[in-house]
Amino acid sequence: MKPDQTSRRNFLRGVLAGGAAAASAVLPETACARDTLQRPPEGLGLLYDATLCVGCQACVAACKQANENPAEFTAMDKLWDTPLDTTGHTFNLIKMYRNGTMQTKDSELNGFSFMKTSCMHCADPSCVSACPVSAMIKDPVTGVVGYDPDACIGCRYCVAACPFGIPKYQYDSPTGKIGKCELCRHRHKDGHYSACAEVCPTGATLFGRTEDLLAEAKRRLALKPGEWTTIPRGRLAKPGETEKEAARWKGLLDQSYQAMVGNYQQHVYGETEYGGTQVLKLSAVEFEKVGMPNLPPKSSAATSETIQHTLYGGLVMPVAVLAGLTWFAKRNVVHDDETPKGDKS
Amino acid sequence: MSAHQQAAPAPVGGKLLNTATFVCGVLIAAMIAILFVRFIFGLGAVTNLNDGYPWGIWVVFDVVIGSAFACGGFSVAMLVYIFNKGQYHPLVRPALLASLFGYTLAGVGVIFDLGRYWNFWHILWPTYANPNSVMFEVALCISAYITVMWIEFSPVFMEKWGLKVQKKKLEKVLFFFIALGTLLPMMHQSSLGTLLVVMGGQVNPLWQTPVVPLLYLLSAVAIGYGVVLFESCVAASAYRREIEVYLLEPMAKIMLGVLAVFLVVRVVDLVWRGALGHAFSPSLEAFFFWLETALFVLPFLLVATTAARRNPARLFLAGVAIMLGGIFLRVNGFLIGYDTGPGWHYFPSIAEMLVTIGMFAIEVLAYIIITRRFPVLPREAAVEFKG
Repeated sequence: MKPDQTSRRNFLRGVLAGGAAAASAVLPETACARDTLQRPPEGLGLLYDATLCVGCQACVAACKQANENPAEFTAMDKLWDTPLDTTGHTFNLIKMYRNGTMQTKDSELNGFSFMKTSCMHCADPSCVSACPVSAMIKDPVTGVVGYDPDACIGCRYCVAACPFGIPKYQYDSPTGKIGKCELCRHRHKDGHYSACAEVCPTGATLFGRTEDLLAEAKRRLALKPGEWTTIPRGRLAKPGETEKEAARWKGLLDQSYQAMVGNYQQHVYGETEYGGTQVLKLSAVEFEKVGMPNLPPKSSAATSETIQHTLYGGLVMPVAVLAGLTWFAKRNVVHDDETPKGDKS
Repeated sequence: MSAHQQAAPAPVGGKLLNTATFVCGVLIAAMIAILFVRFIFGLGAVTNLNDGYPWGIWVVFDVVIGSAFACGGFSVAMLVYIFNKGQYHPLVRPALLASLFGYTLAGVGVIFDLGRYWNFWHILWPTYANPNSVMFEVALCISAYITVMWIEFSPVFMEKWGLKVQKKKLEKVLFFFIALGTLLPMMHQSSLGTLLVVMGGQVNPLWQTPVVPLLYLLSAVAIGYGVVLFESCVAASAYRREIEVYLLEPMAKIMLGVLAVFLVVRVVDLVWRGALGHAFSPSLEAFFFWLETALFVLPFLLVATTAARRNPARLFLAGVAIMLGGIFLRVNGFLIGYDTGPGWHYFPSIAEMLVTIGMFAIEVLAYIIITRRFPVLPREAAVEFKG
């Protein structure tokens, strides 16, 4: 046996095997491509219309109550709840955009505007894709992105993954949980819908099926700014809703009133972002200026899962590579042992 | 020919209590005290973590970087058993030992960071599994690899305790564990990079790319060789042993080859995606990108020629450069190039750093104890430091 030649041949074979493994890592997104997921047809959500919001924060207080969250103090006197952002104990917050003299509402220049910050309930949520233990789950019917603290290991990958910065961790507790809006799913069985929409005095936050909310949003965008229109409050009924269907939810059915049409950006935020979200937003000020990120229609979850499934789908690739590696290892380890030796190692 | 025949592993011997082990002990004690506070009062009590930066150095250094540094065992074993480069056999055991501790501690260290650590077993429990999750793959794979490495390393203990029959039996199937021990790091070292993908636009385009798994894998292999250079030089100087230049010289050449492939993929990807422009913007991210790239290029200047590769100082520096490059590739992706919007800042607290340092101290301490008492390092004619 000429060890040098054999070893060279083996080396080349090894290079080939390694090369194949490496090449497989950059295979084009073909067979295993995972498309961006779409909203479920009966998915529930919210429509937030910044031009109707008066910034009263009733929704913030109602959310705290519905989720049994404590007040968070940032002022010295500690008299009332003053969270500066959503946290592990604050799932909903109205933030404010300010510019110049702040004279005109919903004006980008010398004006101000409000923006609701809470979970968008994405069609294809990054947090659900990220969670290693299925503690973040998207309900297949309602599409609500729910959290199960009993499953959660607290790795905070969901916090890192979310493009809206929504899941938050309770760093102040030795047994901290993730806190986020779950669309008040725990109140649905009692006929209560999202507390924020329930209490909103102006209909700025409206609860309903996302499909209906999207139609309502597009109706508003088609109107002429400044004219009067009927604005529903609380819950938006689906077209042709029967009494039986309506009886599922508590509260007056028709709470609508007349309001002036806002000077909208011609964009329903959440219609297509990351494949769409179940919470939709309308604003007169550019969305990026009020803190809503500019997102492509393809979700990052789809990109991430395409990579994972290309590499590990059905464990085909790992098993094939393992077979190759085992073959080489068996040859080379045996070769190693068969050589005469004075010492056992 | 059998290279390991001339350098069979043997215990180094010597006293266990010395300055180095004492310092390690003090650092470990400090770490334990901090962890006590962390588990009683929560993560916020000792770390600077926040919701804009939910992952700090306990994840990025202890796990992402720590496990890449622990790739020496994988890189050398691949050379010896897959590419049949038997002459590197003497390097396998010391490299595997460092890997064993690096990974085991990364696995233990992650518990400190888990906010709901008592549920950690969910990651291995089928009813909780989420195969779509990159983290799931990483966790499962690292757990499996730690087990496989203990099996690969167990002949060392069997030799020491005279378990000849068991060792013979194990050696019959060891080739399978060696193959598995090559596959598993390939899987999770690439996935550690894929962790970034789902974070989308929050990660700077200089580090957010669909080929990130390949970049992390290639750099991990190169870092593996770099760490072996580093460790061989440090072990040689600390134990007053001869440096195995005849092995490190050709290995450094292989390291440069892997590094060259890495750099080609890195540059082609940046150009292909049109992301190179970000490297020329006057930003902190651009500065750290160039620092990272310079460190990856440095080994080519240090050990390009055979003569240079015979110089232990140059080998050592090349190893350090590639390790630092690996640190920055990972820190840049996970922290410096990670931006969740205005107002969020993170710099590790002293307590966080002390825990990371304490984990490193455990590794050093265990390496000293095991190499002095168990047959790991190649036997040497003159072991001068018999204390």
